[in-house]
Amino acid sequence: MLGEILDFSLAAILIWIAWRTMATPNLFNAVVLFIAFGLLMTLAWVRLHAPDIALAETAIGTGLTGALMLDAVAHITGKRGRRRAGRNPS
Amino acid sequence: MIGGGLIYAMAGVVLFALGFYGFIVHAHLVRKLIVFNIMGSGVFLVLVGLPQRVAGTPPDRVSEALVLTGIVVAVSATAFGLALVRRLYDLTGETRLPNDPRPEP
Amino acid sequence: MSAVYGPIRQIAAALAWILGIGLIAAIVSLSRPDFGLAQLVEAHLEQSGVRHPVTAVLLNYRGYDTLLEIAVLLLAVLGILAFRPPGPATIPDAATDSSPVLAALNRLIVPLIVLAAGYLLWAGAHRPGGAFQAGAVLAGGGVLLRLTGTIPSFESPNAWLRVCLVVGLGVFLAVAALPLFEGSRLLEYRTAEAAMAILVVESALTVSIAAILATAFIGAAPPRIRCLSPSRPAHSAEGERAGQS
Repeated sequence: MLGEILDFSLAAILIWIAWRTMATPNLFNAVVLFIAFGLLMTLAWVRLHAPDIALAETAIGTGLTGALMLDAVAHITGKRGRRRAGRNPS
Repeated sequence: MIGGGLIYAMAGVVLFALGFYGFIVHAHLVRKLIVFNIMGSGVFLVLVGLPQRVAGTPPDRVSEALVLTGIVVAVSATAFGLALVRRLYDLTGETRLPNDPRPEP
Repeated sequence: MSAVYGPIRQIAAALAWILGIGLIAAIVSLSRPDFGLAQLVEAHLEQSGVRHPVTAVLLNYRGYDTLLEIAVLLLAVLGILAFRPPGPATIPDAATDSSPVLAALNRLIVPLIVLAAGYLLWAGAHRPGGAFQAGAVLAGGGVLLRLTGTIPSFESPNAWLRVCLVVGLGVFLAVAALPLFEGSRLLEYRTAEAAMAILVVESALTVSIAAILATAFIGAAPPRIRCLSPSRPAHSAEGERAGQS
């Protein structure tokens, strides 16, 4: 009974965060919400009796994908000020 | 008796359908990559949740191995996609494909 | 937030609804699962060389999938290295961006990361763990070291990095091809040697996955030219500020 309540609420939160990730207008917010989505997926994997996938999702799906995306977003938005000055692309 | 896996499988289907809509609607390439990862997570939930749709069944090890492989391949595809987006931005200053609509100024 | 508007949005929404409802109907109408594969996995577990079924599936029963997966990882990182901009960036960093808190945290965490990765690799044989988790944790440590500047960005990968990138695929191919010389097929380990073969392959895979994932993060951008000092920026920074003002 308690497990089913947990499963329902976890599934509902996953769907809600996925929707917020797609609906937010700020790109940085979207990446941060995606990292939160990955951490909740880790909980879902634990509930599905798959601890290997939980470990891999935390390290790879959340940590590495989040770091890569934050790096790319910083690259894309950080150089925008200098780009308007008309410098050559590096 | 409904097992816990069925709830997650349905959540995975909803994530996939949401991601399908978001993938078509968003024009920014990094957002498309984020949505691609969400769709991937939905598929993995279906893969692992569906064998446990009846309560009391043991977890399916073959699907877990497939999902592990899928997670690693998804991160490598995302990394490569982000490298492509960075290069596109370096060369043209845009982060969306030429046919996609631009934001209103 | 810019997106496509107009009829494409409604069509996409309609398609997504149809897809979602159709898939849910398909799931609900499925019959009871049968356990053929799970019984096969359990039945041959002691012949596979490891005691954890997921590791057995990954590295023995479906070893071909893992072999192709490490090849895909290598291809992805080769693509990432191929798409970096040529030469060092001409835009200098305005200030050093390493924080002392992160540096102090690294001194505590990175040795623990190495320890945890070694444990995960070893424990993969009889409990949840394995090469992917260990390699990913190590790559996380590499990302942390990169953030504080301990690992600098590189112009082109040096010999050690290249060896680490390919050792996983190379060792896995060698171990997979060994049964060919004895007359069996690819990846058919002998039962007596399966445990040792899986351990060797997993160690090489860990090193390679860590190198590949860390290079995917570190190698995405070329090294930037550092300022000489915060008070006296380099010539290009002066020229840029003059150009902007």
